[in-house]
Amino acid sequence: MKTLVWVEHDGGAVKDATLSAVTAASQIGEVHLLVAGQGVDAVAQAAAQIAGVGKVHVADDAAYAHALAENVAPLVVDLMGHHDAFVLPATTNGKNIAPRVAALMDVTQISDILSVEGDGTFTRPIYAGNAIATVKSSDAKLVITVRGTAFAKAAVSGGTGTVEAVATGGDKGLSTFVGAEIASSDRPELTSAKIIVSGGRALGSEEKFHELIDPLADKLGAGVGASRAAVDAGYAPNDYQVGQTGKIVAPEVYVAVGISGAIQHLAGMKDSKVIVAINKDEDAPIFQVADIGLVGDLFTLVPELTAKL
Amino acid sequence: MKILVPVKRVIDYNVKPRVKADGTGVDLANVKMSMNPFDEIAVEEAIRLREKGVATEIVAVSIGVQKCQETLRTALAMGADRAILVLTEDAVEPLAVAKILKAIADEEQPGLVILGKQAIDDDSNQTGQMLAALLGWGQGTFASKVEVAGDTVTVTREVDGGAETVTLKTPAIVTTDLRLNEPRYASLPNIMKAKSKPMATRAPADYGVDTTPRLTTSKVVEPAKRVAGIKVPDVDTLVAKLKDMGVAA
Ligand SMILES: Cc1cc2nc3c(=O)[nH]c(=O)nc-3n(C[C@H](O)[C@H](O)[C@H](O)COP(=O)(O)OP(=O)(O)OC[C@H]3O[C@@H](n4cnc5c(N)ncnc54)[C@H](O)[C@@H]3O)c2cc1C
Ligand SMILES: Nc1ncnc2c1ncn2[C@@H]1O[C@H](COP(=O)(O)O)[C@@H](O)[C@H]1O
Repeated sequence: MKTLVWVEHDGGAVKDATLSAVTAASQIGEVHLLVAGQGVDAVAQAAAQIAGVGKVHVADDAAYAHALAENVAPLVVDLMGHHDAFVLPATTNGKNIAPRVAALMDVTQISDILSVEGDGTFTRPIYAGNAIATVKSSDAKLVITVRGTAFAKAAVSGGTGTVEAVATGGDKGLSTFVGAEIASSDRPELTSAKIIVSGGRALGSEEKFHELIDPLADKLGAGVGASRAAVDAGYAPNDYQVGQTGKIVAPEVYVAVGISGAIQHLAGMKDSKVIVAINKDEDAPIFQVADIGLVGDLFTLVPELTAKL
Repeated sequence: MKILVPVKRVIDYNVKPRVKADGTGVDLANVKMSMNPFDEIAVEEAIRLREKGVATEIVAVSIGVQKCQETLRTALAMGADRAILVLTEDAVEPLAVAKILKAIADEEQPGLVILGKQAIDDDSNQTGQMLAALLGWGQGTFASKVEVAGDTVTVTREVDGGAETVTLKTPAIVTTDLRLNEPRYASLPNIMKAKSKPMATRAPADYGVDTTPRLTTSKVVEPAKRVAGIKVPDVDTLVAKLKDMGVAA
């Protein structure tokens, strides 16, 4: 089996999510990479260093600068002429591109795999992770997205990949990138943070969210997350959302502050190694998954905790 | 323009799914079913576009068992104009759903198809993008804002680091994220009115689509259970625990 892995990057560096996808792909077969973008020499060089990588296909064209699925999918379909599986991290780019490729190839897609079982068989979560299905595709080729938290990251060095330019297909004229508002933060990215502090609706306002959650996160060197309720209420930006429809995280320590523990939230964090919960309701469902629970008013407990750390 | 809105009947999001003891799937007998929450948002968006004078007609489509009629009636009660039920007892995978929707789009010639970004049962997040591929249209996925001006749709998308804006030429595909809007509740008079709105019933074969699954599911199990841990009495004990774990110095 020859796999083609979509390299998620920011124009300069390879994103961590790619490394988990490479590990998953290496369990399926030979690993080749696709770096698509504009001015991506540095990314291609970095990608070639990833342990276990064979060929690095580079598609350098303005049409791929923003990973528009309409432009990228035909490129991938061409390359899939000599690969057996297309493997992408389950990032928003991965989720946007993969199904477009699968449909053009007339194959099914297996979303968000948790494990590679061999012989074309995979496990994946369904019903917000309340069930795990073992599935096998009958199609000749595979299109797969990979849940980052379920696979170790491949080493970023030691690889001896060879970089090869591929013919590009240009702009299909179906969509145009206008702009992006990407939040920049000195805090660790949620999907790779070792510690995460998340705040819920109980924080009550954007001011309080920052006033209480940020200093605690700073003390712990943590990334900051939020429940959907907190995001909807405008206490935190949308890319903070952890859960079934937000980010899937699995840090060493997850601190849930004023979050009830709805199944949609648990779906995004219950594979964390240690869960700490602070909630005033001792029957809150979050305590059913928490390793360490502290019952009480967060408005007094969180500042005290921050001070004592 | 006409807007097509595919709506899926799924387990209600408030219900905790239970895996069947024999490992064949999730127990849906006597479980409350509702419209997929993202599809409610799609219906709402279509109605708002009609209220703005952009859309002229809203057609809701559901593919599945007879009971999907209820889901379609909900869409009609919210404000959709008519409905198409594509009746089948089989579980239809996203690729086959997309093929059926493509055939319907060929017939109906909508200017927009607005789908949910993901169905909360299979959590696939595939159908909209697949439909866009089959139709050769642009796709604005995970939308938190949609604006139509002439033959251009501007879509703000929720992406990993924040938000991104793209423009698409109509006809186009949009898939909804949670913050696009807050769906309305159907009023009682509208629920009554919905009963007399037209609903056509078709079959996958009418569209020449083979719905044979490509995926076989050999087993469905519960995930490893987490056991509840301990409750600590105060912040000092929590700090001590965190220090033990090496989390705090
Ligand atoms: C389709 C769909 C997808 C969804 N996806 C997601 C998702 O990805 N992520 C997500 O998080 N949610 C998601 N949700 C929403 C989810 O169902 C819950 O509504 C949400 O997680 C609740 O957020 P919360 O815990 O912050 O708020 P609440 O449920 O209101 O909980 C607040 C908690 O704070 C506690 N509290 C209140 N005051 C204090 C205080 N002073 N001190 C200490 N504790 C206090 C309360 O006891 C309560 O437990 C989704 C819902 C749907 C329908
Ligand atoms: N059986 C179905 N009937 C109608 N619409 C569907 C069906 N399956 C999927 N969809 C649409 O496709 C979206 C994404 O579903 P999925 O790709 O299964 O996660 C849903 O939110 C619906 O809008």
